[in-house]
Amino acid sequence: MRAVYEAIRRHRVAAVLALLLVFPLLMPYHALAINILIFGLFAVGFNLLFGYTGLLSFGHAAFLGVGSYLTGIAMVHGGWSWWWALALGVASAALAGLVIGYLAIRTRGIYFSMVTLALAQIVYYVFYKAERWTGGENGLRGIQVPAVEVMGLRLDFLDPVTKYYVIFVFVAAALWFVSRLLASPFGAVIEAVRENEKRAAACGYDVARTKLLVFVVSAALCGLAGALRALHLSVVPIDSLHYLQSGQAVMMCLLGGMGTFFGPFVGAAVFLTLEDVVTTVTKHWMAVVGGVFMFFVLFFPAGIWGTFIKRMERAVRA
Amino acid sequence: MTSNLANPRRRSLIVASSALAAGPALFNIARAQAGAIKIGFPVPLTGAFSAEAQDQVRAAELAVKEWNAAGGHKGQMCELLVRDDKLNPGEAATRTLELIEKDKVNFVVGSLSAATQLSINAVTRERKVLFNSISQSDAINEAKDWSLYTFHEALNPHLTAGAVGRYAFPKFGKRVVYLTADYAYGHEMVRGFQRAGAALGVQTLADIRHPLGTADYSAFLPRIQALKPDVLVLCNFGRDLVNSAKQATDFGIKQTTKIIAPVLLYTSRLAGGADAFEGILGGTSYYWGMEDKIPSAKRFNDAFRKAYNGSVPSDYGALGYAGIKSVLQAVKDADSVDSTRVSIALRQLKYDWYKGPQFYRKCDHQSVQSVVIVESKSKNMKDKYDVFNVLAIEEADERNLRTCEEMGHKTT
Amino acid sequence: MEFTPSLLALQLVTGIALGAIYALLAIGLSLIFGMLTVVNFAHGAFFMVGAFVGVYFLGVTGNFWFSLVLTPLVVGAIGLVTERFLVRPLYGRGIDYPLLLTFGLGWVLIEAMRVLFGIEGVPSSTPAALRGSVDLGFGYFPKYRLFLIFATALVVLGLWLFLEKTRYGLIVRAGSRDGEICKVLGVDVARVWLMVFGIGTAIAGLSGVLAAPTRAVNPEMGIPVLAESFVVTVVGGMGSLPGAVVAGLLVGVVFAMTSLFAPAYAELSIFVLMAVVLLVRPQGFFGKAGLLG
Repeated sequence: MRAVYEAIRRHRVAAVLALLLVFPLLMPYHALAINILIFGLFAVGFNLLFGYTGLLSFGHAAFLGVGSYLTGIAMVHGGWSWWWALALGVASAALAGLVIGYLAIRTRGIYFSMVTLALAQIVYYVFYKAERWTGGENGLRGIQVPAVEVMGLRLDFLDPVTKYYVIFVFVAAALWFVSRLLASPFGAVIEAVRENEKRAAACGYDVARTKLLVFVVSAALCGLAGALRALHLSVVPIDSLHYLQSGQAVMMCLLGGMGTFFGPFVGAAVFLTLEDVVTTVTKHWMAVVGGVFMFFVLFFPAGIWGTFIKRMERAVRA
Repeated sequence: MTSNLANPRRRSLIVASSALAAGPALFNIARAQAGAIKIGFPVPLTGAFSAEAQDQVRAAELAVKEWNAAGGHKGQMCELLVRDDKLNPGEAATRTLELIEKDKVNFVVGSLSAATQLSINAVTRERKVLFNSISQSDAINEAKDWSLYTFHEALNPHLTAGAVGRYAFPKFGKRVVYLTADYAYGHEMVRGFQRAGAALGVQTLADIRHPLGTADYSAFLPRIQALKPDVLVLCNFGRDLVNSAKQATDFGIKQTTKIIAPVLLYTSRLAGGADAFEGILGGTSYYWGMEDKIPSAKRFNDAFRKAYNGSVPSDYGALGYAGIKSVLQAVKDADSVDSTRVSIALRQLKYDWYKGPQFYRKCDHQSVQSVVIVESKSKNMKDKYDVFNVLAIEEADERNLRTCEEMGHKTT
Repeated sequence: MEFTPSLLALQLVTGIALGAIYALLAIGLSLIFGMLTVVNFAHGAFFMVGAFVGVYFLGVTGNFWFSLVLTPLVVGAIGLVTERFLVRPLYGRGIDYPLLLTFGLGWVLIEAMRVLFGIEGVPSSTPAALRGSVDLGFGYFPKYRLFLIFATALVVLGLWLFLEKTRYGLIVRAGSRDGEICKVLGVDVARVWLMVFGIGTAIAGLSGVLAAPTRAVNPEMGIPVLAESFVVTVVGGMGSLPGAVVAGLLVGVVFAMTSLFAPAYAELSIFVLMAVVLLVRPQGFFGKAGLLG
């Protein structure tokens, strides 16, 4: 048993991907499973900044939205193929991360959170007003990916199972990347910055540059999630950019476990499934979800996965 | 605790299998019977318009019940699958995907906002599923969003605003100020008013755009006061209308100006109260008080009263009724549940479910229908439902819509 | 020229009236942050609860002044319960946790109001004594909004007197400066924080009952209010009461003036103001530099 746990811990990416491969079988419908993949990636990207670097941003919806919109605009207005549009979406989100990050890291603590909120709201208004490109309040419609050509194989993107696995490929690559990043020396620097910024600086690390780099990577990951979302839903809703969407990322990370690799994914899955299930049972889903969230903040601050990992560690090391 | 649940693989297996086992039970509400004709009904059951949405559900269920009681289609019954889209376009798209992929619905009827219906439409048209939209939007009929499978049962802003303008401008004056919610719907309303007004020599003194969802309009009212227009048009909807009407009343605008609104929602009037809405007139797709003039309205109202304890249907509720009835009638006419065949039948349909004769215009599937002009009442109210006076009914006329060419449709 | 001096003057008065509500909202938020370093994400929800409770009491007692007094007491009581059982366990864990908790609490409060009062909200109207408009010389202005300015001034004055002139106020101020020393000196700091949270939420509730006659009272009314409160608190300086008042008035006037010249950008302008202040002077006009830096 200990060996199994050790194996999973060492090859965490493989374990996660194995679970996600069979995930569609566990979910009531595929659109939900795909949403979990997408928001899981969103939460993992956000967690890089929040759980690992200790910076609580309330504006990460901006990167999700920029990724979605730029991908959509490229396809709808520019006629680009989905592959290039996706790349544009990710690159644009990374660029947005660079700009917002550069401005935001000049502040600290609660001010950092507030400035990310303000800057993200500005992005929201810019996209809202640019009606000709973004559709404004009506959202951007008309994103169509009928078939994906891969090595001579023609995959029907409209088929939910195919769509899941195509999106899975991207999410898998991103998760592998995050895992490598966290296991690298840079990953250690990130956590050092979270634990004690002054000491990290005293040890000779360029704290500002580290923060900015993490910001950009985090933004790119969230941008990828956004781009995939655009392909999944065929529309980009304007509230992808709203601070309520940013708030969701925070909730998912907390529910799942900040500062753990897989926690945010678990958080996204639990949050979305909970919302989905509760909606069919009662109109008062907001109270239930809010209540569950408060429960976790009070009693399981390490989140579901975080608590689980802690117990495992204790059991295994005992 | 250690041995059984400590193994992460086993733990996730247990979790997974319980989720799998619990899944069907939890989704019993959602699961449809095999063999029935399934219509997906995504509406915002929670959120700002939940009252309207719940009325839509009630009316839609009435339509389904009536059709089933009449034998359905060769014995095949209809089943309504109601989903909550939370007034959120992303959620609406997800729900529609669920309805099509998991519940395998034949058709989709629903929506209560421009953004959500466009979102639902984006999903349904790609998968060639018929969608009949039951809320206002100008964009859904335009060539960019339209498809053979897209139908629009509700009024559109252009028609509604035009009808109200054509009624009000000759009566109340030519100097007009618009207080417009800054989103597509607001812009579309203004366009409708200005088009109707151009023919009457109406002058736009100002078009003041306010952010959607503004709660406090006091910042806009002094300027309006200073302009002293003959008519103030509140080009917004729902809660925005309630707030702006209230505050305009507080600022004494009514002393010099007639206030009109493109859409006077029954629920807005109830929420805002008689005082705020006193003297305000506007348009609507349906008001129960029409029943003394229109026989089908009386029939519909009576059926609704019988089914729901004497309450009357609201404007949007009636659209839920009509949206379902049209689709089901087309199923009968086409003798099929295939979306393509039903669409073709729906295009030819002429009907009168609750407000007089209607049909769908061929080029954009817009339901050509009458617009009712109502004015808010504050005295002589017979009961809690009696909140409007019907001032006029503008008859259904294709010429009041924008032309097919203008919407981007190529007509042969 | 359409923009006459009298229009500008009237618009300015409008801005000040708007600012009064903003200031009142910011005070509650700033008080809790300054004394407890808790960011109360349920602030908008408490405002909304205050509006509902106010309308309810008005309906039950028929007297606006009664509801004006009772409502903050009720909302403050909810605040006391919140602090004692939900927020207190989280002290010492870092400032993120109370923030997150209040975020969830906001959702629960919204749903609770839906259950109690219905999804549509409740109709509210101006109390009879304060109806009608007053001729200010350059235009007509609603009497009730002038009353709002006056009421805010009273509350600010009362709060200032409490904090500066009373013993309890002294303890509150000392507790915010250095909780440890106060504890050592025998002050029950936990009790002080409890009271401050109660006062902060009571003021939020008071703003709700004062705002109720001017706008639609529905469960969602607190959501945009939260963002606006943050803008004002940040601009004025988190934890500073004079800052909250000055910033409230400033934001109100900025919003009003932008609405005159570029109405569609009014809401955007206050977020731009917030961003600029945060980047140039993060502690706001009156905040202490290095607070949680």
